[in-house]
Amino acid sequence: MESITEPVLLRAQQLTYGYGQRQVLNGVSLDIRAGEVLALLGPNGTGKSTLLKLLLGLYTAASGEVYIGQNALSEMTRREIAGHIAYVPQHHVSPFPYTVRQVVAMGRFHAGGVFGRMSERDSELVQQVLERLQIIHLAERRYTEISGGEQQLALVCRALVQGAKILMLDEPASALDFGHQARLLAQLRQLAEEGYAVVMTTHHPHHARMIAHRAVMLKSGLVMANGAPADILTPEAIQQLYDLSAQELAAFTRGIA
Amino acid sequence: MSHFFSRFNGQLAALLLLLLAMMLFALSLGNYPISMLEICRFVGSHLGLTTLTDERQSILSNILLDVRLPRVIGAILVGMALSGSGAAFQAVFRNPLVSPGMLGVLAGASFGATLGMLFHGNWMVIQIMAFAFGLLAVGIGVAIGLIFGGGSMITLLLGGIISSALFSALLSLVKFAADPQDELPSIVYWLMGSLGMSGLSDVLWLLPPMLLAVLVLWGFGRALDAMSMGDEEARALGVPVNLVRYGVIIAATMASALSVSIAGMVGWVGLIAPHIARMLVGPENSRLMPVSIMLGAIFLLLADCLARGFSVVEIPIGIVTECLGLPLFLLVLHRARKGWN
Repeated sequence: MESITEPVLLRAQQLTYGYGQRQVLNGVSLDIRAGEVLALLGPNGTGKSTLLKLLLGLYTAASGEVYIGQNALSEMTRREIAGHIAYVPQHHVSPFPYTVRQVVAMGRFHAGGVFGRMSERDSELVQQVLERLQIIHLAERRYTEISGGEQQLALVCRALVQGAKILMLDEPASALDFGHQARLLAQLRQLAEEGYAVVMTTHHPHHARMIAHRAVMLKSGLVMANGAPADILTPEAIQQLYDLSAQELAAFTRGIA
Repeated sequence: MSHFFSRFNGQLAALLLLLLAMMLFALSLGNYPISMLEICRFVGSHLGLTTLTDERQSILSNILLDVRLPRVIGAILVGMALSGSGAAFQAVFRNPLVSPGMLGVLAGASFGATLGMLFHGNWMVIQIMAFAFGLLAVGIGVAIGLIFGGGSMITLLLGGIISSALFSALLSLVKFAADPQDELPSIVYWLMGSLGMSGLSDVLWLLPPMLLAVLVLWGFGRALDAMSMGDEEARALGVPVNLVRYGVIIAATMASALSVSIAGMVGWVGLIAPHIARMLVGPENSRLMPVSIMLGAIFLLLADCLARGFSVVEIPIGIVTECLGLPLFLLVLHRARKGWN
């Protein structure tokens, strides 16, 4: 895969973060460019999700800063940030039976603000995105009653409707069956080709190799490696990242291309 | 044009008509019979469309405006306030079983009112005490939530439970201290709720703040939709989560505390009206809120008619709403349990 030379959309500088006494991130720096899929890899508890939430501005870093263009995230309002970054969480349960269309429409909130209303244009946008990701047939179904894979697609639609150029996905493929994984990953790759910056955490080096332009390996709160998946996702690096022996890795990956 | 004649607007119009019909019926009901037609004529005479004899005019004016209208407006205000607060609290706490009293406002307001009675305050003093202690109770509940859990949802709820328990205990203390011959019965009776205690000027004075509070809750509708998905998601969608959460708590607390000062303790409306509204128009709060508010008003008007119409002596409205509320809630539970899994 060729390296991406599009402009940098988001820049994180020397982020540190801890929960109480436990330091989770010890100075992480990253650039995210338009048109690239960036995969965040690392063992459980290494701070992948924490990093994602720092990049989203949902957590405040103990030190360091995240910039969108020239603007520091910590000085922007939630509404301004929502215009630049969209978040696709791991799928979850809602206590109220919203329809898929209503869930997707929530992505337009930031356009109107707290007392704003849905405009005609907002509704059209929702319709277009639902058609585009081919879940228009689910539009009037209850979000609580569709499958995990369909919920994930609905959340991707909501992120697209938001109109942000940076998409952040927290383990988007973790709850999906094989077919849904393949379709979702292809969809993400397609979005990057249209100029979106796609950042996703994943447990599967395999997913990174399939669609990512760049992989970032996080270990013990530090960036262990940052580069093209073909270059850095070597068996040795994966062994080191997940503390696996060569035999364990070989036994596990046997049969996977 | 097609939007104007949408199914939702049709439902709103139907509810509005039902509310007006209930108002007319409630105004016609009482010891002195006045037909609904005559009420229409009375309204017409004020608009200069019809004429009535002076004698009839003054009788009607006395009964309708001074005696019955305050009750009707009171019922509508209390129903609106409690059902609007209930719907907003259910969204903000992401829990369909939350009612307006969750953060302690009803317990606090009851304690305030009974304390006012213990000191033989007049009606105005009791109203103010109810309102002030309602706010204080929620303030204590929220403070506990903030101090012990950084204001997370679950600690806010626990803070509310603690604050409710505190003011229930204080209420028992007031009952214990009250004179069992004279004060205790009036306290107990007040706690059961009644719409007959406030005059026209009282309810007209309370109308603007209660209406404003309910409108604010309605205005937060879209933000509440996003927040029912979780705080982090809502923030990522651009919602100022803390502003909305505390805005809802303040508006709902004001509305609920004022409702206690009008009618005492009226249960179940705030839990049931939002549920029925959700079955009718779905969970979107910008739709749910107006429907819930109107259903609450209709429900309370109906309860007041039953309270006055069943026997010679008026039954306290709190008892009627409980008797009506339980079977209704069972019905809702039966219909809605699918959505809760």
